[in-house]
Amino acid sequence: MTANDRPTGTTLLSGGRVVDEQGERSEDVLIEGDRIVAVGNGLSGDRTVDVHGCVIAPGLVDLHTHLRQPGKEEAETIETGARAAALGGYTAVLAMPNTTPAIDCAAVVREVLELGRGAPCDVHTSGAITVDRAGEQLAPMAEMAELGVRIFTDDGTGVQDDRLMRRAMEYASGLGVTLAQHCEVTSLSEGTCMHEGEWSARLGLPGQPSEAEELMVMRDIALARLTGARVHFQHMSTAGSVAMIAAAKAGGLPVTAEAAPHHFTLTDECCAGYDATFKVHPPLRSASDRDAIRAGLAARTLDAIATDHAPHPAEEKERPFDQAPPGMLGLEFALALAFTELVDRGLTSEREVLASLSWQPARIAGLDQHGRPVAAGEPANLCVIDPDARWTIDDSGGASRSRNVPYVGRQVRGRVRHTFLFGEPVVRDQEATR
Amino acid sequence: MSAAVTRVDPTRHLLSIADLDRDAIEELLDLTDTFVEVGRRAIPKVPALRGRTVVSLFYEDSTRTRLSFETAAKRLSADTMSFAVSSSSVNKGESVRDTIETIEAMGIDAVVVRHKSSGVPAQIARWTNAVVVNAGDGWHQHPTQALLDAYTARSHLGSLDGRHIAIVGDVKHSRVARSDIEIFTALGAKVTLVAPPTLLPAHTSAWPVEVSHELDPLLGSIDVCYLLRMQRERMTEALVPSLREYTACWGLTSARADRLRDGALIMHPGPMNRGVEIASEVADRPNAVITEQVANGVAVRMAVLFLLLGPGRAQAAALTDVPAVEAAAVEGPAAIEVPETDTATPTTATPTTATEDHP
Repeated sequence: MTANDRPTGTTLLSGGRVVDEQGERSEDVLIEGDRIVAVGNGLSGDRTVDVHGCVIAPGLVDLHTHLRQPGKEEAETIETGARAAALGGYTAVLAMPNTTPAIDCAAVVREVLELGRGAPCDVHTSGAITVDRAGEQLAPMAEMAELGVRIFTDDGTGVQDDRLMRRAMEYASGLGVTLAQHCEVTSLSEGTCMHEGEWSARLGLPGQPSEAEELMVMRDIALARLTGARVHFQHMSTAGSVAMIAAAKAGGLPVTAEAAPHHFTLTDECCAGYDATFKVHPPLRSASDRDAIRAGLAARTLDAIATDHAPHPAEEKERPFDQAPPGMLGLEFALALAFTELVDRGLTSEREVLASLSWQPARIAGLDQHGRPVAAGEPANLCVIDPDARWTIDDSGGASRSRNVPYVGRQVRGRVRHTFLFGEPVVRDQEATR
Repeated sequence: MSAAVTRVDPTRHLLSIADLDRDAIEELLDLTDTFVEVGRRAIPKVPALRGRTVVSLFYEDSTRTRLSFETAAKRLSADTMSFAVSSSSVNKGESVRDTIETIEAMGIDAVVVRHKSSGVPAQIARWTNAVVVNAGDGWHQHPTQALLDAYTARSHLGSLDGRHIAIVGDVKHSRVARSDIEIFTALGAKVTLVAPPTLLPAHTSAWPVEVSHELDPLLGSIDVCYLLRMQRERMTEALVPSLREYTACWGLTSARADRLRDGALIMHPGPMNRGVEIASEVADRPNAVITEQVANGVAVRMAVLFLLLGPGRAQAAALTDVPAVEAAAVEGPAAIEVPETDTATPTTATPTTATEDHP
């Protein structure tokens, strides 16, 4: 972050409605340098940004971003991914460790953090639980935690071995860090490319049952009970998983969970045209699973909306469905999809959606500069949302290097107008400033 | 460049039996009669597709199906090209899309596709203006097999309305089963799938079929016993304990075949594992119509290529002065249409020109 990119003097966001953890109120927000210096009415600044009709919220926080760097720069770089994030209203993202090499030691953590310096969004990284995410030997979590890593995951795969996962949880609880799990029992999912259900039967594609996810959710809840570790469940996709998380929380376990926009928006029927844009892990599930994810978010059983933004080059997504890589873009669409699929269906409020996009994930990731209340003295990490903007998602892919967008043609509501990163307007009128 | 936005017109291609309604299927089967008759002539060749080029693009080995399609195309006087994947640029990493665009640049009218992955013909249809004929994709569909199966069954049983057909064996991994279920039920037959649960898809509740885990109770009532090939690699996937146990429970042994009612047909898509899903002696019984299926395959494929590429379409294109592919797309809702002009029918065009082609 260079102070040069920040305007000198004060900037007043005028006429908006502040929405944060404290509640909702019509107040102006005055920014100076990297901080919010005043919130209230009757303020004035050196320059004024008219945000009438808009929501001023803490910047969004993504717990699940594949930035692909190092190793797969043709799909995404930290810079392009961070720009897509800023355009989506995010001021912080958590990079997933399934890069090449994997983010499994201090050296790679340093490289990622270095590449993220100066990006238009705060880039944090997770670290792998096991060396090379191979599920065999614990990665040096302490040396990564030393550099600020707070979430550890082998995302892209789950830790299969029960004893190793138990040890990882014990070790992690000693470090005060959280383990995040991609729940998928590979012996049930190997060779599959979509959800096992009526559509996989009809399309002749090998399907993985919901139980491939649920068995690992069940195991990790049991191991969390055994070890007392903080466990975060990534991209929950089935009704059964949601029910188990709810029960674990009711039992007082320190577990948290996230869901991805595609899992509350799309279903396995989307695979009918064999377009691998709709291939993702965990797979798009049935309509009843999708409904359970929506309900789980509304009930706060699922704490966070996390994008699982997963860029892939077009030529790889054009492979035969069973051979194409899984994953889809999400950073620039998550907020609008949440407003459209959750709020407009009457399931929850805009403020609840912002909770799952901002302050709840910030807390899970241990980020103390993001998802903060919009109040004097807090860091000016903000997004300004026009909740009435209706737009149609196109196939340009936005700022991402890739274009694997499964929402093309979909009408959505809610658009990020401005994003401020430590006071710098990194997105101004829907355009990235750098 | 986006694959997602291009829509495929199912009436231009033959991708799945599900794209055909009963009328379209019956038109195809009726036309097959004509080509069966052509096949019986001294010179079994008609000039219907002269100047048209049909490419077979087989990513998975299948000598029988490829030869059947190529014979069909040649008997229609089309030029044929065969793209042998094993010795081609595909082995050098070329994508399916680049391959199809390269072949199309040479000027082709139809591509016959076989691929081990479900959905590849549908993907190709988004990337080419040529007619795409699915010659088998993964576990998904094998529509010309279904057509020849329905044709063969119909030629013995008359109508399939109310007939009871058992499809026995590895339904889960079978494109033949998925296609046959659709065509047999579209033609009014009752279909029962017979297999252990491990060889059935996990979700068949939406399918218009009944399911039985035992073959014996059905033997006395079925009109067709359709046996699927039991692949040896299924043993390693813990789907059945052994081939021996499979044969004991679900194989059409001599004893079981004796219990079939008179006139019941025994069918198999080939290649057979004699002694596994079918006893060797049973495969050679008079009511086993397995080689007849193969013979009918050529005529069925002639009918398919003729309807998708034939002069009826070309004339429609000439009338509207637009490329044939676009004319075909606006012709109407029927999946496959019989050309209406006299000259379009192979019988009227045959006698003189066919002899010209022959030395």
